[in-house]
Amino acid sequence: MSTPIKEAGAGAEAGIPVQSVAATRRGPSDGARGGGDGVLNVFSHGFLALWAVMIVLPLVWIVLGSFKTDAQIGGSAWAWPAHWGIDAFTRAWEKGIGGFFVNTLIVMAFSVPLTMLFGSMAAYVLARYDFPGNRFIYFLFVGGAMFPVYLALVPLFFMVRNLGMLNTYQGLILVYVAYSLPFTVFFMHSFFRTLPTAIHEAAVIDGASHSRVFFQVMLPMAKPGLLSVGIFNVLGQWNQYILPVTLMQPQSSTDPDRSMLAQGLVNLALTQGYAGDKPALFAGMTIAMLPVLAVYLSFQRQVQSGLTAGTLK
Amino acid sequence: MQHRKYPFIAGFLVLPVALYLIFVIWPYLQTIGYSLTDWQGQSQTMNFVGIDNYKALFSDDVFMTALTHNLLLLLFLPVITILLALFFAFMLNVGGRGAVGGVQGVRGSALYKVIFFFPQVLSVAILIVLFGAVYRSDGAGLLNGVLIKLNLVSAANPVEWLNDPDLVLWALLAIQIWAGVGFYLVLFSAAMQSIPKDIYEAALLDGAARTQTFFKITLPLLWDSVQTAWVYISIFAMDFFALVAGLTQGTAYGGGPDHHSEVMSTYLMRNFQAFGKSGYACAMGVVILLLTLILSAITLRVSRRDRIEF
Repeated sequence: MSTPIKEAGAGAEAGIPVQSVAATRRGPSDGARGGGDGVLNVFSHGFLALWAVMIVLPLVWIVLGSFKTDAQIGGSAWAWPAHWGIDAFTRAWEKGIGGFFVNTLIVMAFSVPLTMLFGSMAAYVLARYDFPGNRFIYFLFVGGAMFPVYLALVPLFFMVRNLGMLNTYQGLILVYVAYSLPFTVFFMHSFFRTLPTAIHEAAVIDGASHSRVFFQVMLPMAKPGLLSVGIFNVLGQWNQYILPVTLMQPQSSTDPDRSMLAQGLVNLALTQGYAGDKPALFAGMTIAMLPVLAVYLSFQRQVQSGLTAGTLK
Repeated sequence: MQHRKYPFIAGFLVLPVALYLIFVIWPYLQTIGYSLTDWQGQSQTMNFVGIDNYKALFSDDVFMTALTHNLLLLLFLPVITILLALFFAFMLNVGGRGAVGGVQGVRGSALYKVIFFFPQVLSVAILIVLFGAVYRSDGAGLLNGVLIKLNLVSAANPVEWLNDPDLVLWALLAIQIWAGVGFYLVLFSAAMQSIPKDIYEAALLDGAARTQTFFKITLPLLWDSVQTAWVYISIFAMDFFALVAGLTQGTAYGGGPDHHSEVMSTYLMRNFQAFGKSGYACAMGVVILLLTLILSAITLRVSRRDRIEF
């Protein structure tokens, strides 16, 4: 395996041990705390820093790569960009990334709101109303999240084909919504359960209808939950790969390429689209990464809680 | 109100449930049915062949190789990911020893968490482009470049990470670990923060070292989360489609060199899309499902412990 060698090497180079040995020498003299702590400190601080470097370095390196020339990229890993132009980004955009970007936005403009709407509606009814079959439908939704998508792939392809929706936006939108429902229903179900019943009852006494209570009372109260699961769905659908690869291949020579961003990026990396133009490929990757980075940094707390909530409960 | 309850419930459920049944549940069920036929995909004519597909699978060398690879990943991916994530989570939450005493994470915990988690939000397509460049087989690849700088690898003879039959699977495993550790770090962090601080403080007063606190307090109280993490990572280990298809050589969804990185999902897609053997591909889908279910059941059963209330 590659990582241990690289870790040991890069750690020594960064000079981490030297610094922190001095700082932590006083550890053992603190008394009963145990002599192992000093060594552990050096080791663990070094390792934390090293892992951070291992994450940041490749990403920064690729972003730098989009400013290099093709010859520089093929020459040495340590080449530094000679001039900081955005031509690689322009080329990447024109070679298809721009189109893929727009395709993805079109699909998600519909699939994310629909996922949220349908998911909250189902979750709300399942969480707040007692009726025969409630548990069954709930477990049907939640159980679906456990199954690998590969189990459905082949019939799904033919199902979408028979509906005449291969390589169409509406087909992918419906499939995205369907495959995002299990987690959305699961998450919103537990969220609606935590909301107080008193306000709901007050609204009912005031004569509000069931659907009015949902849209005007419960949904606004569920905003924090909607935000978390919404970000989860945005990231999940933005990054989806296997579904578009299966469902969004052009069906004839006249059928336009409606690739999603992730799928299009890999196609360009694999086929001849970027042969001899690595800077454009790296620029394309940077373009695909930036929106995710922006969402992640602005909603850092919700992203982490939204993504881990499913596994915690 | 009561009498108008049912139309409302039905109205709210009909669209979500219909969509879910059509695109998720029904295909799942169909797969099981089709796996018992010799369906070629293009036409609707097919013959019932019983369990012939399954018999063929287990005498198909490529499939058995792919299965072995998935089992290897299934063994190493959870162990390494969970150990690293536990270690980091411990350091970031209770590993620090401030001058004033008390229990806290090491300095810069918040920043570390933000950085470590980031790969989790990256699309697998980005990982493919990224690691395609990192694992380049000449000195221009980042990993080779670093190793040559450190004199661990000679410039004349760089490591062919993705072309070496003995390395390729481990190189892919490393990517998934790189991307996944941050997620489980955050998962374990959340669980650790729910452990009352006074338990740690009591251990501190009794003179426990950090290693002792970890094994005697943190790990037993985190057992539930570790279990869940294990199940989730196992599901990932059964996949690996995108990384193999995007990074390794071989026509139609990679798997090379010479099937040394083949996994069940790539072989499934090749049989379905390139060979047109839909029934056979469905049987593989069912095997993947069964393995996933068996594994989850085993993990939850074997690792069961008495729950510690706190």
